[in-house]
Amino acid sequence: MDITTLTIHEAKKMLENGEITSYELTKAYIDRIKKIDPIIKSYVTVCEDRALQQAKMIDEKRKNGEALGSLAGIPIGIKDNMCIKGVKTTCSSKMLENFVAPYNATVIENLEKEGAVILGKLNMDEFAMGASTERSAFFPTKNPWNISKVPGGSSGGSAAAVSADLAIATLGSDTGGSIRQPSSFCSTVGLKPTYGLVSRYGLVAFASSLDQIGPITKDVEDCALMMNVLAGHDSRDTTSANLEKLEYTQFLQNDVKGLKIGMPKEYIGEGINDEVKSAILSAADKFKSLGATVEECSIPVTEYVLPTYYIIACAEASSNLGRFDGIRYGYRAKEYSTLKELYEKSRSEGFGEEVKRRILLGTYVLSSGYYDAYYTKAQKVRTMVIEQFKQAFNKYDVLLTPTSPITAYDIGSKTDDPVAMYLSDICTVSINIAGVPAISIPCGFDSDNMPIGMQLIGKHFDEKTLLRCAYTFEKNTDFNSMKPEIGGI
Amino acid sequence: MEYEVVIGLEVHAELATKTKIFCGCSTQFGGEPNTHCCPVCTGMPGALPVLNEKVVEYAIKAGLAMNCDIEQNSKQDRKNYFYPDLPKAYQISQYDLPLCKNGHLEIDVDGQKKNIGITRIHIEEDAGKLNHDEFGGGALVDLNRACVPLIEIVSEPDMRSSAEAKAYVEKIKAILEYLEVSDCKMQEGSLRADVNLSIRPKGETKFGTRTETKNLNSFKAITRAIEFEIKRQIEAVENGEEIIQETRRWDDDRGIGYAMRGKEDAHDYRYFPDPDLALIKLSAEYINNIRENLPELPDSRKQKYINELGLPEYDANIITGSKMLADFFDEATKYCDNAKSISNWIMGDLLRILTEKELEQVPFKPEYLAKLVVMIDSGKISSAIAKKVFEDMFETGENPEDIVTKKGLVQISDEGAIKEIVLKVLENNPQSIIDFKAGKDKALGFLVGQAMKESRGKANPQMLNKMFLEELNK
Repeated sequence: MDITTLTIHEAKKMLENGEITSYELTKAYIDRIKKIDPIIKSYVTVCEDRALQQAKMIDEKRKNGEALGSLAGIPIGIKDNMCIKGVKTTCSSKMLENFVAPYNATVIENLEKEGAVILGKLNMDEFAMGASTERSAFFPTKNPWNISKVPGGSSGGSAAAVSADLAIATLGSDTGGSIRQPSSFCSTVGLKPTYGLVSRYGLVAFASSLDQIGPITKDVEDCALMMNVLAGHDSRDTTSANLEKLEYTQFLQNDVKGLKIGMPKEYIGEGINDEVKSAILSAADKFKSLGATVEECSIPVTEYVLPTYYIIACAEASSNLGRFDGIRYGYRAKEYSTLKELYEKSRSEGFGEEVKRRILLGTYVLSSGYYDAYYTKAQKVRTMVIEQFKQAFNKYDVLLTPTSPITAYDIGSKTDDPVAMYLSDICTVSINIAGVPAISIPCGFDSDNMPIGMQLIGKHFDEKTLLRCAYTFEKNTDFNSMKPEIGGI
Repeated sequence: MEYEVVIGLEVHAELATKTKIFCGCSTQFGGEPNTHCCPVCTGMPGALPVLNEKVVEYAIKAGLAMNCDIEQNSKQDRKNYFYPDLPKAYQISQYDLPLCKNGHLEIDVDGQKKNIGITRIHIEEDAGKLNHDEFGGGALVDLNRACVPLIEIVSEPDMRSSAEAKAYVEKIKAILEYLEVSDCKMQEGSLRADVNLSIRPKGETKFGTRTETKNLNSFKAITRAIEFEIKRQIEAVENGEEIIQETRRWDDDRGIGYAMRGKEDAHDYRYFPDPDLALIKLSAEYINNIRENLPELPDSRKQKYINELGLPEYDANIITGSKMLADFFDEATKYCDNAKSISNWIMGDLLRILTEKELEQVPFKPEYLAKLVVMIDSGKISSAIAKKVFEDMFETGENPEDIVTKKGLVQISDEGAIKEIVLKVLENNPQSIIDFKAGKDKALGFLVGQAMKESRGKANPQMLNKMFLEELNK
């Protein structure tokens, strides 16, 4: 048996029973990374020594009968925009190619407190700006289901690694779909928690009012196990919610009887690929057959969410990325004769095309004379989005949509058309604007055998209903058990 | 033509919180460069600000003391610009919803009282510091000061002279010191002012084009920079030149101001609400609680000195203008009822020596000044001796009683001893006796002087006077 195919809950049992050690499990992943990742290219940095040492320490503790955390000895991969002290945090950018973080993100502290083993840092679109991981300054990551296709993004490395058994689970970050869309492209489970549920401290900011960290896992139970550790108030993040800590695993019930599911028509209409649409409609039928009610509903403001999203996200990004100026850390141009030139050259050379495009967009919409026309108006639409989701949730427990209007596409086929790329974010961005939680789970395959994901959207801080709904679907279908065959290996 | 000067000030004061505005680092001045720093105040990727609640409390205290309305809902905004001393490339400040608005202060220039309007007071973070000079051709960044909390107090354009501007800043300094929300050490940059200044023909109601002279960090610099700028603008206008709206710097060593940059290439700061920070929401109860617990402010202390202790308004103004002096005065008067005499010493020798020695604190206890006054009043020492003892106290910080005993400076008031001195002096100065008898009153002064010399200043001068007269008139 290949132990890298295990889920967290399976591996936990075997570790507890002494059938395997954390060292063996971690070593198996390191070996598999060495063998498979040259094809998939999901890791930017592999922390081999650090991981094996952590694993040994956990095994030692276990042997001595010491108290162990809930993720003791579980090897996890981290998107490369979360700081780990002493480890490179590159954001897949030339700007931070050699930046070693001087501190730990709160999520890293929380994972390590529970005994998780950190395998390494995962590839992404530069500064999380993109939806295909082709915008990594280093290399594109391949989709394990077909290595000529993109894994989605920006957390493409995180989703591909889980899909290809290169990590038992990973962390991604989601600003406009960056956990859910790659999960859908790679057939993994990806949760974007409610804004404020998981601390952002130590997550390199893209758009502060939209960013959330969340888990990408092999199944829904693992997602709940990860949320047990990730969710919680952090005094270092003012936007983190101060709520009672929950055990998410208790909500894993195979039961959706009486659950009211809404299907906003704007998300399954025009522009949605037919195969995706039929997979979602089949999923709806499945929920009905399991005792839930499914009804069409409407969120009319949807037609304005893309421009709203790109205005808010770029505005915040233009300010957040100002600190990458070549002064204290990060890339500095070799030649400059004035301070202005140092800034201009370092930033021109250090940032990639897409990042520069968004900084320029964001700078423009915040400029005096344009602020009200763009930023203020976008904030007004944001209020409407929040309001319309609230109204929908007065009637429904969860909303069901596709995660992406399309399945994974060929590498290089869309990079020349940024607007087409932005349009494919249509199903996911509203959720960040509204701040509500959403999960993407596998719900089918297209005729090219590329995965299709469905998105379940919940009320603020109602991850429990999402998890119950997703768990029930997973237990009653077999999409989740499908595994990619990587390059014939 | 006669011109009227219009001045508005932006005063920045560092708040005396123990920790910085958005992290737990120390705000202490000095320290090896980049030692009071963490991921938050050095702008590391992923670090987030958390507002220090003390900063809000201190700013509200200042707002209340300056008669402002306190806003129950305010927010923090990012002011975006690039500079090496600004690690995040934005300063967290307050743009359109500041914490305090619509206040005013009363100033007093040579007995003329005037109200100066305060537009707003907002909280913000300080930037770091660039150290040039120390290293070939470049500059080194020290971020110890980055993220130290500031309040910016923006006045209305209500001042009409450098004296008014100085009085206004002095008043702010006194209030902040009384509130103990800022140490106001100007030479450490914890209180500094930007001067907005324009001129217009007397009688004109429209404002002229203004310039802004930045970062003035002493009263002398404020006064001189204003005088310089008034002269420059008047000369320019008289020569038919147009005043350009610009930012200017003041070189205090050379005594000149110069243009830094024009507004035409000024920054568009792209202010927007900081998404990392929640709105600041304050309950009326919270604000009232601060209001009710405000310490005594300079104006009320001044009234007390005038009404209860009978000090002249001029003296009361100067003493209450500095919390250090007022506290010193209050403490000294606990040990001595002669408030007027204590005040005289403070207004005279004490202030003079503080200035000469460039001291911020009196190096001896207030109780010692009281003891000195008691010794004079009881005739134990003469005023002349007291002046010497006072100088000694500045040197050594010692108790004046000890100084007097150690140096044997107790006044000679024993009749026998005085008589001995008088007889000796008369014997040595027969000519003076003749002069006196011939009606030359000056001779008496000379004899007393000689006797003082003989006694090394210790003889009681009143007794000498009396005894010489007795002897001469025999």
